[in-house]
Amino acid sequence: MTVTAVRKDPQRLTLTVEAEFDASVERIWQLWADPRQLERWWGPPTYPATFTKYDLAPGSRVEYHMTGPSGEKYHGHFDVLEVERAHRLLLRDSCANADGTPRPTNTIRVGIAEVVAGRTRMSIEVMFSSTEAMEQALATGTDEGLRQAVSQIDAILTEETSPARRQPGP
Amino acid sequence: MVVSVQIAPPDFDRVFPALADHTRRDILRRAISAEEGVLELARHYPMSFAAVQKHVAVLERAGLVTKQRIGRRKVVRTNLEALLVARRLLDQYEELWRARIDRMNQLIAEPAGAIDTVEATESKR
Repeated sequence: MTVTAVRKDPQRLTLTVEAEFDASVERIWQLWADPRQLERWWGPPTYPATFTKYDLAPGSRVEYHMTGPSGEKYHGHFDVLEVERAHRLLLRDSCANADGTPRPTNTIRVGIAEVVAGRTRMSIEVMFSSTEAMEQALATGTDEGLRQAVSQIDAILTEETSPARRQPGP
Repeated sequence: MVVSVQIAPPDFDRVFPALADHTRRDILRRAISAEEGVLELARHYPMSFAAVQKHVAVLERAGLVTKQRIGRRKVVRTNLEALLVARRLLDQYEELWRARIDRMNQLIAEPAGAIDTVEATESKR
């Protein structure tokens, strides 16, 4: 499995995903640095991304849009905050709604490092300014609806709780 | 079973800090069955009634519990809706990034010549 670790920190509103690839550091860097490659993975197949302005330099703004199934466009941009070529990237991602109104931002920190020759680890830390920002960021994605089975409650509550605590039945 | 839609929406800025405490998470777990009032809940913890009352108040302000009158008693009830919404947000973002990483993997598996288009070459520094 490519994804080696996922950490969710609801208190800090942070999601960290680590993945390892059988590829060189330079190859993985190109997934971010080359807009033609970036647009092949950034959006899901149903919302493909097109990058219209791309300069990965601190202070610059990258512009893109995602095109929905019925042709609707969601415009977005990255503010490039920090770049250490092939190793580090700090972006503030904002995506507007289809009508052009801005949505809250999230910050993406990317780290790329060699594990052994030909094997590269990429870590992605996504930080949200508020839960509202997260919710809105998700608005264009798949929406299975808010309702979920109550049986999930255990999974929610058992994270980071002491093992001695009594567990309620499902 | 599905959670009722009628419950007031949670206060998102308060949900995560409220969840970040072991005692409060334990109170949430106990209050799922909505059988106990603050007094009964307090008996489970080695702390004062006032301290437990304070924890319940934090949860209540976050929209994670409500106090419900059942006959002459007032019981604390966990708002499952609020909990699920908070958790779902992080879960969905995890899915989003997992899908992106899958697509990255497909991309790097392609022969190099297939990706190095003219446009890509232009954008390289």
